[in-house]
Amino acid sequence: MAHHEIEFPTVEEAVRELRAGDTVTIQGHIIGIRDATQIRIFDRGQEPPMSLSGAALLHTAPNVRKLADGRYEPMCIGTTTSARMSRFTEALIRDHQVRAIIGKGGLLAEALEPLHEHGGVYFAIVGGAAALETTQIEEIEQVEWEDLMPECLWKFRVRDFGPLIVGMDTHGESLYENVQAEARRRLDESIYEKL
Amino acid sequence: MSITTEPALQKTVEDAAAHLYVWSLKDIPQDLRDALRDASERETHPVGKRILETINTNVAVADERKNLVCQDTGLAVYYARVGERFPLHPARIEEGLREGTRRATLEHPLRSNTVHTLTREATGDNTGHRIPHIHWEFVPDWDGLDVKCVPKGSGSENMSFLKMLVPADGVKAIKRFVLDSIVGAGGKPCPPGIVGVGIGGSADLAMHLAKEAIARPVGTVNPDPEVAALEQDLFQLLNETGVGPMGLGGDTTVLSAHVEQAHTHITLNPVAVNYQCWAARRATAHIAADGSVEMDREA
Repeated sequence: MAHHEIEFPTVEEAVRELRAGDTVTIQGHIIGIRDATQIRIFDRGQEPPMSLSGAALLHTAPNVRKLADGRYEPMCIGTTTSARMSRFTEALIRDHQVRAIIGKGGLLAEALEPLHEHGGVYFAIVGGAAALETTQIEEIEQVEWEDLMPECLWKFRVRDFGPLIVGMDTHGESLYENVQAEARRRLDESIYEKL
Repeated sequence: MSITTEPALQKTVEDAAAHLYVWSLKDIPQDLRDALRDASERETHPVGKRILETINTNVAVADERKNLVCQDTGLAVYYARVGERFPLHPARIEEGLREGTRRATLEHPLRSNTVHTLTREATGDNTGHRIPHIHWEFVPDWDGLDVKCVPKGSGSENMSFLKMLVPADGVKAIKRFVLDSIVGAGGKPCPPGIVGVGIGGSADLAMHLAKEAIARPVGTVNPDPEVAALEQDLFQLLNETGVGPMGLGGDTTVLSAHVEQAHTHITLNPVAVNYQCWAARRATAHIAADGSVEMDREA
């Protein structure tokens, strides 16, 4: 279980070094994205108005306040469940060179192949820990597709963003799958017998 | 006792709801804080321990910054216990709770999550058709009103399960269904939280009871000893699965297992599971007939 500090955007080689179970802290920029944003990009075929190349994406729909000058101030920014958005993984990494997806609960196992094939990782954040997460976001630098509020495309400048845990890596390893397999083994081998 | 008018009492209910919604999102109850701290101290899995420590840090940061514990402001759900002599009709109580929810959302402001189920059009104020939802209980020989606000996030609400088991399967099948549901949910509902189980009644009542179960404080026990024994069994068995904090492995899969039951039909054996994430937000207002209000984080 190594710890890594990574500046995003980054390159494919950097995420291929990571192993499931490692911990990560992010510096630089991350991009907030959610269900409606990805439906627009992939199902409606609209090109995202900011580059996702090398990016770490965060599954979020933030609480924000709009300032008089049109900028947004973060109020409470947290992370949503990722599994709903699993089907976008391949196109994000293959076509947009996204390198990391940050969320909670994990992507479905079907995402392991595109993560391996095209070079992407899944980072688990501590779900619900939004008060802490908000303190790690220095500024909302750019907001696109405001009509999808709060599911816009958000560009956040972050400092010491984490702790993140590599939940799924480029080597076909998923902590979620390992934990599920172990839990099912325990159910079959001992727990069901006690019912 | 001062004499209060119905409009004044409705305004009191509205103000209480507006306060409860925001307060519950920021300041989680002591029983939960204790349970999370104990879990963090006991946890032996390094990833699980790191996650629990981060959760506890987050609770402290929310206190310091007076910020929301979690960004998901949920769907506001209220539990109203109305005394038979409380001098405001439930129709007016409902209106007060609805208006309080709306005001809190717009004034704080809070993220609004409420959309039309088919068009997905947002209402913008966390109210809508039949939302907020209110659980009612009517209490004889009492003139007070207790309102508990439980904003429920979608990550855990999405992990709700119902099964109409057959009587011949008995309690064994109930336990198995709960175990399979929680293992299957994995990290999605933000474990470790409170597993609410409703047994008996009809399909709708079973889920209603599961929802009542998650609103109970950690450490409370069902007064029926048979049901209490089931709670204890489920708690131990669920924590043997190793799902752990955020589904990444560990000793702590649930903080508590609560079961509520109703009698059922001879041919029914319904079981419903409603999961409450670790950020089990709840806050209560005790409102007296004279309009005085006592706020209570622990009920």
